[in-house]
Amino acid sequence: MTAVRLSARPVPPSLRWLKTGAGFLATLSLTFLGLLLITFVIGRVVPIDPVLAVVGDRAPQEVYDAVKLEMGLNDPLWLQFIHYVGSVLQGDLGMAVSSQRPVIEELGRVFPATLEMATLGILIGVFIGVPAGVVAAANQGRWVDQVIRVIGLAGYAIPAFWLGLVGLALFYAHLHWVGGPGRLDIFMEGLVKPKTGLLLLDSALAGEWGVFRSAVSHIVLPAFILGFFSLAYIARMTRSFMLDQLSQEYIVTARVKGAPERVVIWRHAFRAIRIQLVTVIGLSFAQLLEGSVMIETVFSWPGIGNYLTNALLNADMNAVLGATLVIGAVFIGINRLSDLLYRILDPRARA
Amino acid sequence: MMTVNWLMSDAPETRWQAGLGQAYRTSRALFANPLALVGLVIILGLLLVAAFAPWIAPYSPIESDLSARLLPPSAAHWMGTDELGRDIMSRIIHGSRITLYIVLLVAVISAPLGLLIGTMAGYFGGWVDRVLMGLTDIFLSMPRLIMALAFVAALGPGIENAVIAIAITAWPVYARIARAETLTFRNAEFMSAIRMQGASHARIIVRHVMPLCLSSTIVRVTLDMAGIILTAAGLGFLGLGAQPPMPEWGAMISSGRAFILDQWWVATMPGFAIVVVSLGFCLFGDGLRDVLDPRNRT
Repeated sequence: MTAVRLSARPVPPSLRWLKTGAGFLATLSLTFLGLLLITFVIGRVVPIDPVLAVVGDRAPQEVYDAVKLEMGLNDPLWLQFIHYVGSVLQGDLGMAVSSQRPVIEELGRVFPATLEMATLGILIGVFIGVPAGVVAAANQGRWVDQVIRVIGLAGYAIPAFWLGLVGLALFYAHLHWVGGPGRLDIFMEGLVKPKTGLLLLDSALAGEWGVFRSAVSHIVLPAFILGFFSLAYIARMTRSFMLDQLSQEYIVTARVKGAPERVVIWRHAFRAIRIQLVTVIGLSFAQLLEGSVMIETVFSWPGIGNYLTNALLNADMNAVLGATLVIGAVFIGINRLSDLLYRILDPRARA
Repeated sequence: MMTVNWLMSDAPETRWQAGLGQAYRTSRALFANPLALVGLVIILGLLLVAAFAPWIAPYSPIESDLSARLLPPSAAHWMGTDELGRDIMSRIIHGSRITLYIVLLVAVISAPLGLLIGTMAGYFGGWVDRVLMGLTDIFLSMPRLIMALAFVAALGPGIENAVIAIAITAWPVYARIARAETLTFRNAEFMSAIRMQGASHARIIVRHVMPLCLSSTIVRVTLDMAGIILTAAGLGFLGLGAQPPMPEWGAMISSGRAFILDQWWVATMPGFAIVVVSLGFCLFGDGLRDVLDPRNRT
C-alpha cells in the first residue's frame, strides 16, 4: 500500500538530480573503460615486441625472459588489462621511445597549442555559424539560404588537410597575408616564457606585443580553416532546427499578433532552439579536436595532433596510444557533458 | 503508357511487378530533384571513369618521365605533371579505382555488420539489446578518425588495413539506425504471423526484419560515403593508407605538399577530385533520404 503511494508521488528534485548524476557517472566510466580496452587491444595487436623495444634484439634469452616477467607480459590478459587501467589512472602512459621521456609529460606540453587553436576555431564556428543558420532559415529558398547551404555541404565534402594546403599556398605564399607554418616566426621563438602554454595569452600577459602579433598572424589561418568546418556543421544544424520551429503554430500566432519578424525569429524561434544548439556546439567542439590532427600536420602546429602523426610515422606506440587516449577522453568527456547539459536544460528530456 | 499504368498499378499481380513499380516511383521522385540528379551524374561518372580508366587516361599513371617534371597545366598535360613527370590527370583517373574500391569495401563490411547488430538488438530486446547497444554507444562516442589512425598504426599501413580500420569505426551508426527501425515494427501483426508459422529467429531477422531496415541503412551509407572518402584520403595523406606509387588521391596530395608554394597544381588537383566525388555522394544521399526516408529529414 505504502509502496504504491510512494511511487505515485513525484520524485523529489534532489533525488532526481542524484539519479541523473549517478547514471551520468556510470555511463561515463563505462565509456572510458571501453576506450581503455580499445587502446589496450590495439597495443596488443601491434607486431612490435615491447620487450625487444626495451632490451634490443641482441639481448641474451635470460635477459629477455627477465624483462618480460618484469613487464608483466606473462600474466593473463585480463590481469594485464587491470594493470594497464591502474597505471593509466595514475597518469602513467609509458615512455615515448623516440625521446625517452614520459608520454604524459610530452602530451601536457603540446596540449595547450591544440586547445588554443580549437577554442578559436569553435568561437569562429559559433559566432558565424549560428547567425548564418538563423539567417538562412529566415530566408528559406532565397540566395542567402542557397549560399549557406552550399557552405554547409562544403564542410562535408572538402578534406581539411587539402583546404589547409590551398590556404597556405594562397594566403601565405601568394598574398603574404598571414604567417606560415608553426606557431611563431622563428626569430621570436623562446622570447616568451610559457605560463599557461596558450601563446596568445602568455605574450599578452608579458606585454610582448611583437610576439603577440606574430602569434596572431600564425594562428589566424589554421583557426579559420578549423572553424570553417564547425561553422558549416553548426550553420546546417541551426538552419534545420530553425526551420522546424518556424513551421510551428506558435510562430503563426506571433505573426498574426503582429510581432515584427525580427522578434518572431530571434525572440520566439531562436529561444526555443538554444538548448538543442548546446548539444550541437559540444559535438562540434569534440569533432574540432579530431580535425585538428589533420590541420596541425599541415601547419606543423606543435599540438597534440601533430604529436600523434609524428608518433605514428616513428611507430612509437606508447606515444600513439597515449595521444589517442587523451584525445579520446576529451572527446568523450565533451560529448557526455553536452548530453548531460541537454538533459538538465530541457525539461522534456528528463522523463 | 500501358507500361506506366502497369508499373503504377495499385494491385500488382506479382512481387516482381510490385518491386519494379516501387523502383519506378522512387526514380521518378529522384529525377524531380535536380541536386540529387547532379549527385547521381557524378557517381555514374566516377563508375565510368573507374571502369574505363586505362582507355581514358592519356598517359601511364606509374611510369615516370623525368624530362617532364613539375610542368604546369597545359594542352598536353591538362592538370600538369608531378615531381616524377607523371601526368596528374592520368593518375587521378586511375586513382578513382582506388577510391571506389575503398568506399565499396567499407560499405560491404560495415553496413551488414551494423545491420546485423542493430536488428538483433531491436528484435530480441532485453539484455541482448542492452549489451549490443552499450557496445555500440561506446564505439559511437569514440572519435572516428583518431580510432582509425590508432588501428592502422597497429595493423600497419596499407590500403586493406585502412579499409578495416574505417569499417571498424563506421558500423555503430548503422546499428543504431537499424535498431530504431526494428523497434517500430517489432510488435506489428505480421511479425506475430511469421512467428506463428514457426519461422526461426535467424530466418525472421534475415528474411523479414533486415529487408525493412535496408532503405534507411542505404540512405545512411550513401551519406557516409563522403566521410569515408575523406577519412581514406586523410589516411593516405598521412602515409598510412595506399602506398606509393599507387595513385591514391590523398597520397598524391601528400607528395605534392613539398611543392605547394611553387608548383601548386601537384597538391591541388587531386583535392578537386576528392571534393567533387564527396559532393556527389552528399547530394545523392540527401536526395535518396528525401525519397526513401521522409521521416528523418534534417
